[in-house]
Amino acid sequence: MNAQVRTEMAPALPPPRRTSGLILWLRQNLFATPTDTVLTIVGALFILWVGPPLVEFLLTKAVWPGGTVEDCRIEAAGACWAYIGARFNFFIYGFYPIAEYWRPNVVFALAALLIVPLAMPKAPYKLINALLFFVVLPVVTVVLLGGGWFGLRPVPTDQWGGLLVTLIISYVAILGSLPLGILLALGRQSNLPVIKTLCTAFIELWRAVPLITVLFMASIMLPLFLPQGTSIDKLLRALVGVTLFASAYMAEVIRGGLQAIPRGQYEAGASLGLGYWQRMGFIVLPQALKHVIPGIVNIFIALFKDTSLVSIVGIFDLLNTIQAGTSDTNWFSPHQAVTGYIFAAIIYWIFCFSMSRYSMFMERRLNTGHKR
Amino acid sequence: MASIDTARQAPTRRFSLNDPVFRGIFYQILVGVLVVLFITWIVNNTAANLQAQNKTSGFDFLGKTAGFDISFSLFPWSRASYYWEAFLVGLTNTMLVAVIGIFLATILGFTLGVARLSSNFIIARLATIYIETIRNIPLLLQLFFWYFAVLKAMPAVRDSLTLPFDTFINQRGLFVPKPIPDDAFTWVWLALIVGIVAWFGIGRWAKLRLYKTGRRFPVFLSGLALTIVLIAASWLLSGAHVTFEPPVLERFNFRGGIALPPEFVALAFGLVIYTAAFIAETVRAGILAVSHGQTEAAQSLGLKESDRLRLVIVPQAMRVIVPPLTSQYLNLTKNSSLGAAIGYPELVNVFSGTALNQTGRAIEIIAMTMAVYLTLSLLTSAIMNWYNARVALVER
Repeated sequence: MNAQVRTEMAPALPPPRRTSGLILWLRQNLFATPTDTVLTIVGALFILWVGPPLVEFLLTKAVWPGGTVEDCRIEAAGACWAYIGARFNFFIYGFYPIAEYWRPNVVFALAALLIVPLAMPKAPYKLINALLFFVVLPVVTVVLLGGGWFGLRPVPTDQWGGLLVTLIISYVAILGSLPLGILLALGRQSNLPVIKTLCTAFIELWRAVPLITVLFMASIMLPLFLPQGTSIDKLLRALVGVTLFASAYMAEVIRGGLQAIPRGQYEAGASLGLGYWQRMGFIVLPQALKHVIPGIVNIFIALFKDTSLVSIVGIFDLLNTIQAGTSDTNWFSPHQAVTGYIFAAIIYWIFCFSMSRYSMFMERRLNTGHKR
Repeated sequence: MASIDTARQAPTRRFSLNDPVFRGIFYQILVGVLVVLFITWIVNNTAANLQAQNKTSGFDFLGKTAGFDISFSLFPWSRASYYWEAFLVGLTNTMLVAVIGIFLATILGFTLGVARLSSNFIIARLATIYIETIRNIPLLLQLFFWYFAVLKAMPAVRDSLTLPFDTFINQRGLFVPKPIPDDAFTWVWLALIVGIVAWFGIGRWAKLRLYKTGRRFPVFLSGLALTIVLIAASWLLSGAHVTFEPPVLERFNFRGGIALPPEFVALAFGLVIYTAAFIAETVRAGILAVSHGQTEAAQSLGLKESDRLRLVIVPQAMRVIVPPLTSQYLNLTKNSSLGAAIGYPELVNVFSGTALNQTGRAIEIIAMTMAVYLTLSLLTSAIMNWYNARVALVER
């Protein structure tokens, strides 16, 4: 009757093995298996091999703005940031007249001021904001940068350059490709055979060829296509090429969104007696576009990188000003070209990386499903 | 009380925009007419412009001698060659860099994609840094960097950098030894072909046996072993041997070996580095797309680690990976046209560049160039559709 009753305290168990702490983390993430250990060692050696020289070149041994070209010519000198500092305005504004720098600056400021609330999902007044950004800003940009109105000195487009032109091309291409892409996507989804064929052919044609041939075509053939005597601005030709090219890609992304909308939505619209455009505009497109915001942003990223190709047809965008800068004999030094490329890479990277983070943020926000 | 007539009346066809069928036809005709008018307008303008510039048109220029130099071509090229040969040189150069680029980018991309998912902290971080850096910098800038800042900054021919295996690199490009197989080497090629055919045969037989008896057969290992044995046997028996002709430094340049121009090296290198980053993301997405339940199900069936990957995870991941992977291949091929910017004589450079400038036949030349890329892209999507139909999930 008493065998089941314990009469003394059981010995205390040892504390649980580590569930946190540095050593456990190291064991789990760096030295889990022999292979892992080898990989860790190889990786660490690689970092030791690449890291210090890179830091030395970019930071500690670099010649910072304020330095002279003589400093850059020293054997042991690293990146020549002094050269970037001296030519900074050229890389940002190209050949834009120095006295008029305030004009691009105002445009930059306005664009930044409008795009931040537009990108924030919670910011109010989306419609007004979008109208300002997509309708008013282009007009302001043309008037301010081009001049000729309100006593502003005219500045022809061949004096525009640098980051300014890169941003303008991206902006215009985004502006133009969004509505064109929507129309093309709707056309491709249409059940009218003629319209469907035309849109499909247009999209597939542009998607099949490289942008560089499109730009060649725009710069060589566009003047041939227009009536005799019409001269068309070089920048405008490139803009047309890039916009048409981007609109084909945009159309495919938007089509993905249209296909993701359940049939019931289309039918519900029809049963309410809405016409085609009302159905699309009020019911289908708002949902479809919201679905594909990440995809659209990804196209913007690709587009932003692709604008660098206009340098091949002789437009002074950021890459071309950098490339032109490498032959600047005043700053002739061993690392002049490399520094220029690194500077351009940093600028492109900042823009693209922030866009890709934004696209991921939107993806997470829109993805309300359950995830593991 | 009037009864409600519920009988459905057949819709009356009216020639009015309120009738959906009529409206559809009307708008299609309208669009069709507008497009035709637009095209006619362009054609007329072009004809007028060409006439004003005293330019002729037509494809007759293809049979004329080109009279320019091409720095790199796979088959003999001289100034006396014809324009259609220039077209072919450009096309083969594009294909060459595309094939090599696709091969290397796939290897690097898959490695990086798996590395980014690695449980090893350092490896995963290194792969992430690589991918996020490379993906967000324009390819053209990277090509400029490799070409102007790296390869052009290489030492002159005299002070070439010596790499292992008699390989040299200098301003003029990469010089690698050239393998020269002797006649008996044909047997080795033959053995290789026989081995691969036998490999497929074993695969077939093993599948049939698996279905019949349920027993598995190590197809990969046995096939590989058979091929290696065949090659080794034919090599030894036929007495074939390969001599390597190393590049030798002479007074002004290297002689012998295979000389790869810096433009080619920079373009191939840039394309591989850039595309690999995108392929890595594709691979990562594909692997992540296989739900964890699949791994657990395979575990609970008692499959061992390697089988789990080979039979359950990889086939499902490939279904997700392959379509975007092909579009990356296509992108690489299209991006090879950026070789024009660093002087690699590919299609756009040779044909849409030099040939166009010399002949002035803008429309014909650009149309031909575009047609090449269009064909490539249509071919790829045809293959893709076939593949998709093959691997598509069989649903009820």
